Amino acid sequence: MNEPNAPSDQDSKRHGWRLLVVVVAMFGFGFALGPIYDALCKVTGINGKTSGMVADANALPVVDESRLVTVLFVTTVNGGKPWEFRPEQSQVQVHPGQLTTVNFHAKNTEDHDLIAQAVPNVAPWNAAKHLHKTECFCFSNQPFKAGETKEMPVRFMLDPALPADVDTVTLSYTFFDVTESAQPAVPPRKEPTQS
Amino acid sequence: MASHDHAHDDHAHGHDDHHHGPEKGIMRWIKTTNHKDLGTLYLIFSFTMFFIGGLMSLVIRAELWHPGLQFVDPEFFNQMTTLHALVMIFGGVMPGFTGLANWMVPMMVGASDMALPRVNNWGFWILPFAFTLLLSTLFMPGGGPAGGWTMYPPLVLQTGEGFPFLIFAIHLMGISSITGAINVVVTVLNLRAPGMTLLKMPLFCWTWLITAYLLIATMPVLAGAVTMLLTDKYFATSFFTASGGGDPVMFQHIFWFFGHPEVYILILPAFGVVSTIIPTFARKTLFGYDSMVYATASIAFLSFIVWAHHMFTVGMPLAGELFFMFSTMLIAVPTGVKVFNWIATMWRGSMTFETPMLFAIAFVFLFSIGGFSGLMLAIAPVDFQYHDTYFVVAHFHYVLVPGAVFSIIAAVYYWIPKWTGVMYNEFWGKVHFWLSAIFINVTFFPQHFSGLAGMQRRVPDYAVQFVDFNMISTIGAFVFFIAQFIFIFNMIACMARKGQKASDRVWEGAHGLEWTVPSPAPYHTFEDPPRIGDAELAAVHDSGAGYSDHKH
Repeated sequence: MNEPNAPSDQDSKRHGWRLLVVVVAMFGFGFALGPIYDALCKVTGINGKTSGMVADANALPVVDESRLVTVLFVTTVNGGKPWEFRPEQSQVQVHPGQLTTVNFHAKNTEDHDLIAQAVPNVAPWNAAKHLHKTECFCFSNQPFKAGETKEMPVRFMLDPALPADVDTVTLSYTFFDVTESAQPAVPPRKEPTQS
Repeated sequence: MASHDHAHDDHAHGHDDHHHGPEKGIMRWIKTTNHKDLGTLYLIFSFTMFFIGGLMSLVIRAELWHPGLQFVDPEFFNQMTTLHALVMIFGGVMPGFTGLANWMVPMMVGASDMALPRVNNWGFWILPFAFTLLLSTLFMPGGGPAGGWTMYPPLVLQTGEGFPFLIFAIHLMGISSITGAINVVVTVLNLRAPGMTLLKMPLFCWTWLITAYLLIATMPVLAGAVTMLLTDKYFATSFFTASGGGDPVMFQHIFWFFGHPEVYILILPAFGVVSTIIPTFARKTLFGYDSMVYATASIAFLSFIVWAHHMFTVGMPLAGELFFMFSTMLIAVPTGVKVFNWIATMWRGSMTFETPMLFAIAFVFLFSIGGFSGLMLAIAPVDFQYHDTYFVVAHFHYVLVPGAVFSIIAAVYYWIPKWTGVMYNEFWGKVHFWLSAIFINVTFFPQHFSGLAGMQRRVPDYAVQFVDFNMISTIGAFVFFIAQFIFIFNMIACMARKGQKASDRVWEGAHGLEWTVPSPAPYHTFEDPPRIGDAELAAVHDSGAGYSDHKH
């Protein structure tokens, strides 16, 4: 800044406008943090979201039989809904590279139809991008009639590149009621389950 | 040690012929663009909000007098904790500092007013509307916001019909602080009197300049975050809704990207106030002026890269925890520089202990305690124990009440003789100080212990082993609250011009342009840029004459 000799009103106004541009830019930056965060989590998996499907079931990696990893399943129903939701086995032991299927049992215990959406999460964070699913009820909305029961399979595989210090992986599903926001006409959202 | 009392009075008087005074009646205050009027309005607003927020804290403390539920139901208790924080932060401390900036920054840099006076008026008059919106939520179906001032989704999305009012209130508070910040930046950078280079500015202007940049950079991010909450609730977006592909943890990142700079917004102006008061009553120049400026700037920079220490427990990668832990601890270095400089300023000074000085010394001491508990919280592995306990409550109240609030009180005592031309009552000032200093510790010190032992924050009930600590805390809170009325009456007496007439210099060791104008400060000051005497500049900077003068 120069010696402010007799600055005019104009200078002040111009300076004020410039700062206002910064304000607007920072407001935009706040929104940009969303995509930045998503991109960062996609690359690193730090928020526990799982990676995409294995595209080609024939191109499966070699099963690493020297390692045995415990996979635990956790199920939660969001918002205190009374639905039943549980895995058939609470845990399985798998070799990395081995395709495994686990069935989940869910029942709409309410007296009206609803649409549910399961959101997966993996802990520890550095296992998230090594857990691949070829089939999952979380890939799309699940409509339930009143009182309907469903057996829903999850077919998954742990990548042999799973970090060596990981011997237990927890796969958690939370069931959300999305009846209001996801009418059947709406195609299943891709982002939640695939990212 | 005689200071330079008469150095420039003659020159100041020369220009202070009253061209036109303020308008009469209520319209003066509504239409005013005068920085002194607006400073007064901001301060009155701030203390009104301190009163309202204080009442809310008393509801909280009364409920916590005993375990179990006695006065209010848990939902209302949660509304109180949430609104107490929002009112104190956005209604009390921030407008308090903006009021001080309005009064003092133009006078300190020798400007006739703030650079954008109409924006200034707008910035203030937004505030009463913002807080009317916020407080009106208490009377709506569903009540006020009760999910904590951090407004984490998905909990905050369960707020009743008051939710949009909360969001728009935050928007308005943000706009108000941004206008205030832009005004300070433009005033400080464009309107300094000839001869006042940046590194000869009073430190209060420096800390406010840096605070203003923090505000400009972070308040819009908060506005963005709460806008996303609004669209998540009403327009079916899924920024933070997990079922729609969003991530509630992302809100915490965005919020604390604002929130951590925010805590420095609340404390940097306090550093400026204390750096002004201590040299006055130690009758020495501030030790290490340049290092103070650089320390302030370093704190501001670091505040942008430490946010996730508020969320160690969300499940971060180890590398992330370590990064945020060490970067947080790094802040202790510039803060330590500041505390060292304040103490070095007092070292071998000819100290006297008028009320502003007492509050400033209490600030240094008690803020440091808050800083140390902050360091403990910065340690990621132990934070898992401390997180969301009363230890955190004790920590941030130590930096905010005996920190930020004490500095506002000190500043008002220090400058009110200049503002009103009347000395406050020193005896009652000291009584106020001792009651405040003792009972703020009675209130918050026991909370360290109950927190370490596991008492959670934001819960109206608690385990019986915490009864004693909570009773002590409640007694402290009530006495502290009552003691503040001594201050209010003391200041009202000054505003009613009842008391001893203050001299222009007011304090023997006071330096700076604001002391060269008469007391009370005329409605218009420095209509023509002042010529700054060496005494005023040298007294600010420690390489000047002020120090050698003392050493003699």
